[in-house]
Amino acid sequence: MKWQTVLGFEVHVELSTRSKMFCGCPADHFGKPPNTQTCPVCLGLPGALPVPNAKAIEWCIKLGLALGCQINLFSKFDRKNYFYPDLPKGYQISQYDLPFCHSGSLTLSSGKIIRITRVHMEEDTGKLQHAQIDGQKVSLVDFNRSGVPLVEIVTEPDFDNTDDAMEYLKEIQLIVRTLGISSADMEKGSMRLEANISVRKGGQATLPKYKIEVKNVNSFRFVKKAIEFEVVRQIEILSAGKIPVQETRGFNETTGETFTQRLKEVANEYRYFPEPDIPPLVFTKDQISVWQSELPKLPDQKRRELTALGITAEKSGMLVADPQRLSLYEQLIDHRIPSPKAAEAAINVPGNLVDNPTAVLNWISEKTAVSVDPQIIIQTVSRVINDNPKAVSDYQAGKQASLYFLVGMVRRELGNADAGQITEELKHQL
Amino acid sequence: MPKALHQLTLEEALAGLKNRDFTSHDLVSACLDQIKKYDSGIHAFLEVNDQALKEAESPRPGPLSGIPVAVKDNFLTPGLTTTASSNILKGYLPHYESTVTARLKAAGAIVIGKTNMDAWAHGSSTETSDFGATLNPWNTAHLPGGSSGGSAAAVAADMCIFAIGSETAGSIRQPAAWCGVTGFKPTYGRVSRYGVIAMASSTDSPGPLAKTAADAALVLQIIAGLDPYDATSSPRPVPDFFNNLKIKIKNLRIGLPWEYLEVMQPDTRRLVEKAADEFIRMGHQVESISLIHPKYSIGVYTVVQRSEVSSNLARYDGLRFGSPRSGFGEEAKRRIMLGTYTLSSGYYDQYYNQAQKVRTLIVDDFTRAFEKYDLIINPASPGPALKVNATLNEPMFGEMQDILVEPSSIAGLPGFSVPCGFIDGLPVSFGLIGPQFSEALVLSAARNYQQATQWHHAKPRL
Repeated sequence: MKWQTVLGFEVHVELSTRSKMFCGCPADHFGKPPNTQTCPVCLGLPGALPVPNAKAIEWCIKLGLALGCQINLFSKFDRKNYFYPDLPKGYQISQYDLPFCHSGSLTLSSGKIIRITRVHMEEDTGKLQHAQIDGQKVSLVDFNRSGVPLVEIVTEPDFDNTDDAMEYLKEIQLIVRTLGISSADMEKGSMRLEANISVRKGGQATLPKYKIEVKNVNSFRFVKKAIEFEVVRQIEILSAGKIPVQETRGFNETTGETFTQRLKEVANEYRYFPEPDIPPLVFTKDQISVWQSELPKLPDQKRRELTALGITAEKSGMLVADPQRLSLYEQLIDHRIPSPKAAEAAINVPGNLVDNPTAVLNWISEKTAVSVDPQIIIQTVSRVINDNPKAVSDYQAGKQASLYFLVGMVRRELGNADAGQITEELKHQL
Repeated sequence: MPKALHQLTLEEALAGLKNRDFTSHDLVSACLDQIKKYDSGIHAFLEVNDQALKEAESPRPGPLSGIPVAVKDNFLTPGLTTTASSNILKGYLPHYESTVTARLKAAGAIVIGKTNMDAWAHGSSTETSDFGATLNPWNTAHLPGGSSGGSAAAVAADMCIFAIGSETAGSIRQPAAWCGVTGFKPTYGRVSRYGVIAMASSTDSPGPLAKTAADAALVLQIIAGLDPYDATSSPRPVPDFFNNLKIKIKNLRIGLPWEYLEVMQPDTRRLVEKAADEFIRMGHQVESISLIHPKYSIGVYTVVQRSEVSSNLARYDGLRFGSPRSGFGEEAKRRIMLGTYTLSSGYYDQYYNQAQKVRTLIVDDFTRAFEKYDLIINPASPGPALKVNATLNEPMFGEMQDILVEPSSIAGLPGFSVPCGFIDGLPVSFGLIGPQFSEALVLSAARNYQQATQWHHAKPRL
């Protein structure tokens, strides 16, 4: 019997706004001494009221727009009620039936379209720390994270393999980073992944009657492992004619296995209702268009631009996935290195050279230098010096970049002459 | 006979202080003496500020400089315990100040003490306080109403110059009516809720309990206006309420909803109709109108309010604030259970959603009425103060007492309650409501009535 995996994802991203979602406390909580970034609002003290962070709302909607979502012009916050020690109000302010963004999509490199169900805004919880104090096992609560803006991106169960899943998750991370709205750093917990995993018979059109949620996995690699483990486990159960119990499972990084955390609560046990402390939010089409126009160039568009310049799809992908090397590529282009060659170099230079374009230019020269008559180099250098008095005086005033400029000017005339040789001659004549 | 200092209205007290007829220290002393003499029999206060006299020696300058105010115990006041009359928060010293008390203090007012209330503001009697009931200064065999019963009793017994209360549905107007003082509930959003222990977030409205409508205007001036800490507070500019009172209002069209009169006790109704006649005598038109029957508001209000309560009280989870959830009183437990039920899966549409739909109908009903009428007659209570123990075994006691004010509370409208007579020595009140943010007009109408009548000057014999 052939089995088919059914996967969907919930990704949480902590926004890097200056302040928290509903109060003025700093949102950057990583590594801060416990309970030093709190106030009546994020501690849930009696009488304290939430005031929404406009920047966080803008960023959430921009992420939705980047994912091709429809924006609800009338939206609101809701209370999700449940008890947990890290949740000081006894409810989380989230969004239920009117999320800021819905019905988006993301196209994978294969052309497959993943449907984005919704992108909504909520607040993060505090953090529990389990410790021993005076020989006693205790649980401590740190509320620094309480109320940090959190965006949740939910997909339809549109994945049937882990490769697509990995591509999707990495793309989300890249889009978030391109928008500059979060570090999306999984080790620090600013990006968190939850996979909904089930298995059905090949050819079956309907969704399985159960799903297993695997939570709190903090790397792409582990998510992949967790899914692979789950699929095997679930197929075993299904093969025995049983149905896996609907539940939330954790992932043990050491054993590579998932384990039961809690039986899944159905959504409406959270007693959602509209947050009465925050009036509904109304956006205008004009406002949304302005935000749309403010979006930076997104990874997909960048990749398409690169391939249009003759760079392979694979290399375009590698460049766009690595902002540092992409920036190096762009600097090499400014030095008139042809696109495919600049891409090649930007991808292949050793890591220690990535932020040093001059060194990379030398590195390229060494690999590709064409030998040129030294007399011609001397003459060309002399002419370039005469033609560019401003660059010369800048260099003499100590501006190192001017030297690179002059090297570039010489090479413009001599093609791939050895950059080291040119540099030396320039220094000599100057 | 000249009035004793503690009997002065806010207007009179401010004038006296300005003329240096007496000092703030004299005024605060007089009120403290009154508390000392009579509060053991009334129990309006949970805590008296032992620093009040010291503060009165050099009060902060401002429009309320040196005036003693009594504050309901659900307003957070650092330095004074804030419990909302609940055992859960017994001894709780807040870390920050409510916007209302911060504004009063910035205006120079001196908080003389914290007043008793129904625990968590759940009630209309002050009998559900975990620290014992407050009794009505007019007759201690009777209840003061609630939930701001302590504040109403403190004003009636001249233990302060004015008091602060909060109303979710009736909690200012009804105790004001039962204690014979002037209560004013502003439009929802006119006064910040920041630092007020939440009861039902979508209707909670802080406001004054005072000796006159003019006093209420002076207090509202200080506490009203946008608060960056309350997203539901209104950015509308705050008019000059007090100076507005000097503008003569004429030819008001006033609606008298027969559905409201119908649920009133006959003798109370007669006094309210007499008050309506007074408005006719003053040159206004009063016409009988029809509104959605107030009985429908009980269901709407009960569902919405219990739902919000069940969520608002979740933070008292037993991990903090020093008391487990078993420490909630019977009334709070009942409300948490009912609210949890109405928000639960399968019941949400049937209850909460349905209630919100009817709420919209009620709002629309008022909107239509205010297209034709400037104000609507809306007394706060079907009858005068009930006897002590009236709430026993009456889980819907509050809702039955507040039937007349629940519609306007659900709609977030401003309204007042002013004394208009007596039945068997107990005060009876009359009330008017106006459209949202029509405080200036509503206060002017109350002021006009008080200029034509003397009922608000009557004092209980303590």
